[in-house]
Amino acid sequence: MTDRTTTPPPAAPKRRAEHYVNREPWDPYVAERLTAEQEKYYMAGQWKLMWWRFRRHRPAVVSMVFLALMYLSTVISEFIAPYNLQTRSSAYIFAPPQQVHLFHDGKFFGPFVYGHKTTRDMETLQRVYTPDPTKPQPLRFFCLGDSYEFWGLIEGSFHFVCPPKGGHFFWLGTDRLGRDMFSRIVYAARISLTIGLIGITLSFALALVLGGLAGYYGGWVDMVVQRLTEIIKSFPHLPLWLALSAALPVTWSPLVIYFGITLILALLDWPGLGRAVRSKLLSLREEDYASAAQMMGAKPGRIIGRHLLPGFMSHLIASATLSIPSMILAETALSFLGLGLRPPITSWGVLLNEATDINVVAVNWWLMLPVVPVILVILAYQFMGDGMRDAADPYA
Amino acid sequence: MLRYVARRILLMIPTLFVISALVYFIIDLPPGDCVTSQIDELLSRGDPDAMQRADELRQMYGLNHPVWQRYLHWISGVFRWDFGLSCQDTVPVSDLIGERLALTIVMETATIAFIWIVSFIIGVYAATHQYKMGDYVASFIGFVGLSIPNFLLALVLLYVGKVYFGLSIGGLMDPEYIEQPMSLGKAWSVLQHLVIPVIVIGMSGTAGMIRRLRANLLDELQKQYVVTGRAKGLAPIRLLIKYPLRHAINPFVADIGGLLPEVISGSVIVSVVLSLPTTGPMLLGALKTQDVNLAATFLLFVATLTVVGMLVSDLALAALDPRIRFGASSEK
Repeated sequence: MTDRTTTPPPAAPKRRAEHYVNREPWDPYVAERLTAEQEKYYMAGQWKLMWWRFRRHRPAVVSMVFLALMYLSTVISEFIAPYNLQTRSSAYIFAPPQQVHLFHDGKFFGPFVYGHKTTRDMETLQRVYTPDPTKPQPLRFFCLGDSYEFWGLIEGSFHFVCPPKGGHFFWLGTDRLGRDMFSRIVYAARISLTIGLIGITLSFALALVLGGLAGYYGGWVDMVVQRLTEIIKSFPHLPLWLALSAALPVTWSPLVIYFGITLILALLDWPGLGRAVRSKLLSLREEDYASAAQMMGAKPGRIIGRHLLPGFMSHLIASATLSIPSMILAETALSFLGLGLRPPITSWGVLLNEATDINVVAVNWWLMLPVVPVILVILAYQFMGDGMRDAADPYA
Repeated sequence: MLRYVARRILLMIPTLFVISALVYFIIDLPPGDCVTSQIDELLSRGDPDAMQRADELRQMYGLNHPVWQRYLHWISGVFRWDFGLSCQDTVPVSDLIGERLALTIVMETATIAFIWIVSFIIGVYAATHQYKMGDYVASFIGFVGLSIPNFLLALVLLYVGKVYFGLSIGGLMDPEYIEQPMSLGKAWSVLQHLVIPVIVIGMSGTAGMIRRLRANLLDELQKQYVVTGRAKGLAPIRLLIKYPLRHAINPFVADIGGLLPEVISGSVIVSVVLSLPTTGPMLLGALKTQDVNLAATFLLFVATLTVVGMLVSDLALAALDPRIRFGASSEK
């Protein structure tokens, strides 16, 4: 109040106020300037955000790298395996693993193995293999060895590692027909790892269709699908899997059996995913944007596929990843019991089928080695799935 | 409540019928029948009467009838405890399965009891000692238990027992009791042999249960009523048991729905690996030789066991949790 009286009266206004124009371009973010880092964060799409969150989960990243390497190896199994899937060395039946040495007589020699001397134990009539430490046999690298058909198409004989000239290289021993275990494990990875992927694709498709129908339409469709999932979920899977795979005719070719088994695995696996799809759709179809699309005349297929599904796709993929290991395991179990894949198609389960007789395994422990990749892959999938689920969850 | 139970039981019967029919047809689906392999053997020996013998056998097993007639015959016999003839040894199925079924049920019950007791103790301990050494150990065991497949573990244990301890882990009783009537000594022997299979089958279930109990109990322990109770000077044990534990214990009973199929699946494959005289190995053999009556009988029992188990768990849950007991009439 006092101010007004003390300040001098304002100068008389000019006739027209000068119109002030700033020639600088308008900066809309003048109020809240973002650092480059913040801007990157705010501009990132949902998949990018998820990737950043996933990256923070160390074990998950390590597992992903491991799995990527494993899958990469299935592409070039032929190069990695020193022998063919079916190469037999009849002189070396149940040969124990050969150690790879670097030093011979205290001197560096490069990677080499010692040859085996075979004798027969006259009491047990077993072959006894003793390493012969006088002659080191150097391994060959990037070499030509067993010939193969790369993916059944291109002939070749290039390997990363070959057995030494005139010798053998059984890194993980041989089986009852003298076939190299390491090569067989490498080849078997191709089948064991893909069966999970193909199976999950089928199960994913089933879950999307059936869960989608149930969730979007509700009513009796929902009722039927719900009962079906309940029955499948509550029934023990293994006996059913056994019954179904026993029903595959023996006369089918191994490749058809392979697809049959995948289908059987998928048939019992979809309810978990289907239930997730259904419950999400049930809640999302009430959203305004779904009604808007409906009123504009979009067909159900478009609404589900274009508007609703992308909202929870990341979640679905994460839960699908978590059910891949159970599929790999189921195939291993079936083949292990002799009702799954059958030779010449070779998976880790088929290899383990040779380890069913404990008396044989007790003497030739390396027959159990396929257990190692199975467990490693399952662990890796579980870590990666956990990481993906955490990353896909916006509230984490 | 009574009406709810009655409805559940009524719903069970058609479910079991559908499952049994489905299973029967699936097993019968592939070309050939259980006689085929026996006849092939006769043929390879150059037996001139092989084909005639095949016809006789088919006549005896009723294989000349269409599958639906055989199914009806089989399922009508089930109520009289008559499951038809097993194709392999030409003996009634009911003679083959008696003891195996009993042992299977004993083993599965023991496994579930094991899962409950162990996961209860470890879970409560881990939750009340969060981020202490014991908690980390429990979490680690839980993780390993979840990821190591049970039949591979059984295989490795079998190997370790054989090579390092000279023990044979397989079997469910000492050899002198096999084919003997039940006695105290036999029961004791069975009990001793049960330990390994129960641990192997129950491991993944225990691991999952520990995780869930720990998470539930931790949630519950952070609630305000617990803080209030502690502030009022309630004894720690009483504070734990009286309310939070009662809340957290629900999944124990509710999860039997998920646990039972898992345990049954596990018991089938583990008993094959450990060659236990339970239903698993026989079911596998029956499926391989297309012994339809035997396999379908086993699968029917598995289904019945599961469905009854589910019902019991639902009832127990209702008895335990008033929210479900009183909500049942309005919701279901």
